[in-house]
Amino acid sequence: MSTPDMRERIDAFPTHRIGPYRVRAGRPFPYGATPVPGGVNFSVYSDGATTMSLVLFERGGTRPSAELEFPLEFRIGSVYAMTVFGLDAENLEYGFRAAGPYAPEHGDRFDAGKVLSDPYARLISGREVWGREPDWDNVYHYRAQVLNDDFDWDGDRPLRIPAEDLVIYETHVRGFTRHPSSKVSAPGTYAGMREKIPYLRELGVNCLELLPVFEFDELDNPRTDPATGERLYNYWGYNTVSFFAPKAGYAATGPFGMQADEFKSLVKELHRAGIEVVLDVVFNHTAEGNEQGPTISFRGLDNATYYMLTPRGEYYNFSGTGNTVNCNHPVVRDFVLSCLRHWVAEYHIDGFRFDLAAILDRAPDGTPLPNPPLLEQLAHDPILRHTKLIAEAWDAAGLYQVGNFPNYGRWSEWNGKYRDTVRRFVKGEPGLVGELATRMAGSPDLYQGRTSSASVNFITAHDGFTLADLVSYNDKHNEANGEDNNDGANDNNSWNCGEEGPSASPHVRELRMRQMKNLLTILLTSQGIPMILAGDEVGRTQLGNNNTYCQDNELSWFDWGLVEANAGLLHFTQALIAFRHAHPVLRSSDHPSGTDRVGSGYPDISWHGVRAWAPDWADHGRVLAMMRCGRHAKGGSVADDHVYIAVNAHWEAHDLELPALPEGQRWHLFADTATAVHPLGAEPELQHPGRFHLGAHSAVVLVGRAAQQTTA
Amino acid sequence: MAFDVRLKINDKVATIELKGELDASTAGEFHDTVGRAAGAGAVELVIHAEQLGYLSSAGLRSLVFARQKMGDEVRIAIVGATDPVAQTIRLAGFDHSIELVDA
Repeated sequence: MSTPDMRERIDAFPTHRIGPYRVRAGRPFPYGATPVPGGVNFSVYSDGATTMSLVLFERGGTRPSAELEFPLEFRIGSVYAMTVFGLDAENLEYGFRAAGPYAPEHGDRFDAGKVLSDPYARLISGREVWGREPDWDNVYHYRAQVLNDDFDWDGDRPLRIPAEDLVIYETHVRGFTRHPSSKVSAPGTYAGMREKIPYLRELGVNCLELLPVFEFDELDNPRTDPATGERLYNYWGYNTVSFFAPKAGYAATGPFGMQADEFKSLVKELHRAGIEVVLDVVFNHTAEGNEQGPTISFRGLDNATYYMLTPRGEYYNFSGTGNTVNCNHPVVRDFVLSCLRHWVAEYHIDGFRFDLAAILDRAPDGTPLPNPPLLEQLAHDPILRHTKLIAEAWDAAGLYQVGNFPNYGRWSEWNGKYRDTVRRFVKGEPGLVGELATRMAGSPDLYQGRTSSASVNFITAHDGFTLADLVSYNDKHNEANGEDNNDGANDNNSWNCGEEGPSASPHVRELRMRQMKNLLTILLTSQGIPMILAGDEVGRTQLGNNNTYCQDNELSWFDWGLVEANAGLLHFTQALIAFRHAHPVLRSSDHPSGTDRVGSGYPDISWHGVRAWAPDWADHGRVLAMMRCGRHAKGGSVADDHVYIAVNAHWEAHDLELPALPEGQRWHLFADTATAVHPLGAEPELQHPGRFHLGAHSAVVLVGRAAQQTTA
Repeated sequence: MAFDVRLKINDKVATIELKGELDASTAGEFHDTVGRAAGAGAVELVIHAEQLGYLSSAGLRSLVFARQKMGDEVRIAIVGATDPVAQTIRLAGFDHSIELVDA
């Protein structure tokens, strides 16, 4: 039996004519523009519109080539759907024009003078080249286009790396290779990033977390650098214009409209290299901003549906950016869910980090919901079943949910308490030994009853100081942002090691290097999912700027010259990551209990101080040692060595008494942040088996195993 | 230069010569030619692109079409692509499924 030609089906014939265009009533789902036999199906939702038109442009045209008003019989419920035949989809840009009431006090802000972008557009033109000044008089800036999903995935499958085995690397598509030192063929693009995959492999990370890649407008920042007069950008991209479209300005092939393929190629190659891809997604607000913001899409289609509004029709602002998406409205829930499904199904994305995720559990009036339907739906969605869901579990209006974000057994959280505790301990603050122990054990106080991968441990992220700046500045230095240094966080828990900013002092420089290694050591030996900010492994600086959201320049870009200049730090980080991968005892999914559950004679985790088995929990204590018993690795299911980590945040050295190992085993030195790091399997045995001299502001990692295995 | 596409098949090796610009207006002709090569059971497809001056997004997508039409087991080589054309193919990531060969 042969397959019938789709063009011969009855539903592939037009039934109406609008001007020269042959059309028929379309299919309401999926929303957006979808190629169908002989034409393109357009579908858009608006509850309050009185009329709706499809606006067609020839690609790049300044005026519409046609406007097709949806016949009334093409409307089902509040969805307008129409199939238009004979279109040249390759050369087509489209939008919608919605007429309806302008009554802000009732939530309506219809404006028939605007051409609106399709919220479900899977391709956007208008900003194909990063930073290129557009024609601001253009009637339609963010132009929806039709996408052909014909990418050759070549058998690509999800890696499904267990969450507890991840090492996340947070980076920015443009910033990663835009610096001239990157030496890639297309700097600042998905293609450029693809060329750096060997670097990521050598580093050892297995998950790339990308700052927003949904289409945004980098040119919507009106500020200039007060010192140079140069324009500032919306560099980070937390101002989404179009949620289903990859940013064209990040694609070398954006001018060809090939950004989807270029990004998919990056994902495919990362998967081949054993690296998952997590996207930082921003559903808490949109680029339309507050009452003074532009009408791009949602505001003109159904303002009262998409945004949280006060009883007087003003925008609630839980995001700090002017508007807040009405995430738990059923229509918006469907939008968010469809969007994430799209990125998983079409782009093979492995997970998402949700910016200001606490907003996702607010009701339309802003009240936190005890059982937010959106979060529950995402947790149990069939398409998202194996994707990682990571919440930034707070918002800009003070809802702080670290440890109690509604998780449904699925969600992880950026652990802000981990960040603050580790920073404060390492800079030498007193009274933190006990809390550091809790954080290094996977924060069971916050995540009891959940796996330890509920905690995404991080010390630095894009928002805040880099690792190098954390040990070089007491205060933020954001003057270049043009906000009189009032922007960015003030509570950085940083310490400049004796001198603010760059230092010529060998002592200060050496101390800073050691502090960076101390911080990395804690991060990569803690239970939970570690996340590293790109460039921290080579000491990248932002010269004290802790809020480079607007800095599209050397302040933000990865300087690849540091790979050579700070090769020692890079080597140390690589070694630590490799150590973590080699020692499953650091990556158990269950929280340690402090008891012996496998009959090894040792508890799964034990705490020590200057004296073995005698941790100093006192306020003045600044030394903490943690021993993990290898027999308990992954719940006792795999074999591993004992691992001992000690951190000294004191300004004086200490002679540590080491806990005794099982008969026939000896302690071997993997890393001492004051001296050296040794190759895996070739760690030298300690000369004094029961003691270790730990320098001031230093950390040590020892591995316990049979003496005869030593090769050094 | 006007677009021109010619197909030769010799011992299961299909050779396509392209001239001019491969874009939305010419992609259909290229698709038909690829379809004929696939229909003839070619086990290798060699696309001579020395005289291909421009490749639009529709042209790039034609290469995706060729890959899918010919099947995974068929080697596809593009011979002598000019630097801009080769660069476009590389940046889009198609050089992993289609071989770029110097003339």
